[in-house]
Amino acid sequence: MRNPIQHPDQADAIKEALGRLDSPARRRFLTGSLTLGGLSLLTGCDLTDSKGVETALERISRFNDKAQAWLFDPNRLAPTYPESMIARPFPFNAFYSEDRVPRVDGDSFRLEVGGLVADRHAWTLAELHALPQTDQVTRHICVEGWSAIGKWGGVPFSLFLKRIGADLSARYIGFKCSDDYYTSIDMPTALHPQTLLTLTYDGQTLPARYGFPMKLRMPTKLGYKNPKHIQALFVTNTYPGGYWEDQGYNWFGGS
Amino acid sequence: MTEMTTASRIPIHPLWLRLTHWLNALAVLVMVASGWRIYNASPLFDFRFANDITLGGWLAGALQWHFAAMWLLAANGLLYLLFNALSGRLWRKFLPLSPRSVYADLKAALRGRLSHADPRRYNAVQRAAYLFAMLDILLLVLSGLVLWKSVQFPLLRELLGGYETARYIHFFAMLALVGFTAVHLAMAMLVPRTFLTMIRGH
Repeated sequence: MRNPIQHPDQADAIKEALGRLDSPARRRFLTGSLTLGGLSLLTGCDLTDSKGVETALERISRFNDKAQAWLFDPNRLAPTYPESMIARPFPFNAFYSEDRVPRVDGDSFRLEVGGLVADRHAWTLAELHALPQTDQVTRHICVEGWSAIGKWGGVPFSLFLKRIGADLSARYIGFKCSDDYYTSIDMPTALHPQTLLTLTYDGQTLPARYGFPMKLRMPTKLGYKNPKHIQALFVTNTYPGGYWEDQGYNWFGGS
Repeated sequence: MTEMTTASRIPIHPLWLRLTHWLNALAVLVMVASGWRIYNASPLFDFRFANDITLGGWLAGALQWHFAAMWLLAANGLLYLLFNALSGRLWRKFLPLSPRSVYADLKAALRGRLSHADPRRYNAVQRAAYLFAMLDILLLVLSGLVLWKSVQFPLLRELLGGYETARYIHFFAMLALVGFTAVHLAMAMLVPRTFLTMIRGH
């Protein structure tokens, strides 16, 4: 099998196929585990009771969300790197192949803002570019294990949230994307100094394959928590879930 | 003779040791089998583990098992070390240990001349192997922490050479633990009484 960093499209194809497995197929892991020889004997549990095992694992995953929120230090910065360490080309990664990347028209684009915010007006790209900008070279870590260093630039997200009068005591920020992806993050991570509403990649306008017109970049979270092609964001106290999270990936997904 | 009877009533392996041993075995089994599935999502080398011998069914399932069993591995491992240190067993059973004694006992073992007459005493090869297993699991936990939370544990991350190096350390420490387990199981089958004492205590 080839390296997903060199052949991210293949990794995506696999990822997509895995994501599409229906739940009876996914539960094959329970029968599969019986071939591990005596695991069920050791535990004394009936591993064929798939519902019970799945529920228990889900519950522990929720506990792990809390453990990660507790471990998360709002002032601790992810390491930054010299530009010479940037991965070229930076791997494309999504739940679809590169030829299906959405093409968003920048001129007519409006970022919708909703939920617990004071100012709900939709933002043009020009308005977003007029806000203070910063950039950083950080490591993107994928849930699969591989990592790659890239350079993202844009508006510090905490600044944007304050600008729209977001309720900073709310629990979640949810994102809806034009590729039908959706995810959500916790408020402390949203306010982290390295969390960027990204408009550029490596000094250029964010290319379509990396999430034009914008991506939320968080070096403190795994790749799948960083939404691309953001269409709308909303501040809420109701758990919004996520595309991968609803299928079993850990919600907090911190690094 | 009274002394002998009293001594034989004290189990070779106390109950806490047997419990932590088998819980550790379970935790390692789940960690390794789910870890192989996670490895398959982005292999470090030009091979994958057969999915049939992995746990989790797909990446998210494997991650759920891995990040559930890690609590068992860590909590049980801490209890094991705590009991071992507080009871003095750690020093009594595993020390003294010298490279010379390991070499001598290894040579004797390979010639089939190593006696297992006193099951209360570990020979030098056993001492070295079990201490190695403890340190290797510790390395697995530390490198695992770097992979799980590389931003939140900066000192640990730098000590282990960064995120990418920690992946290799985690992999090779797993390989070493699997190697240890294979030899450990083979020895337990060669000397079945050691297996029974780990269940019954005597």
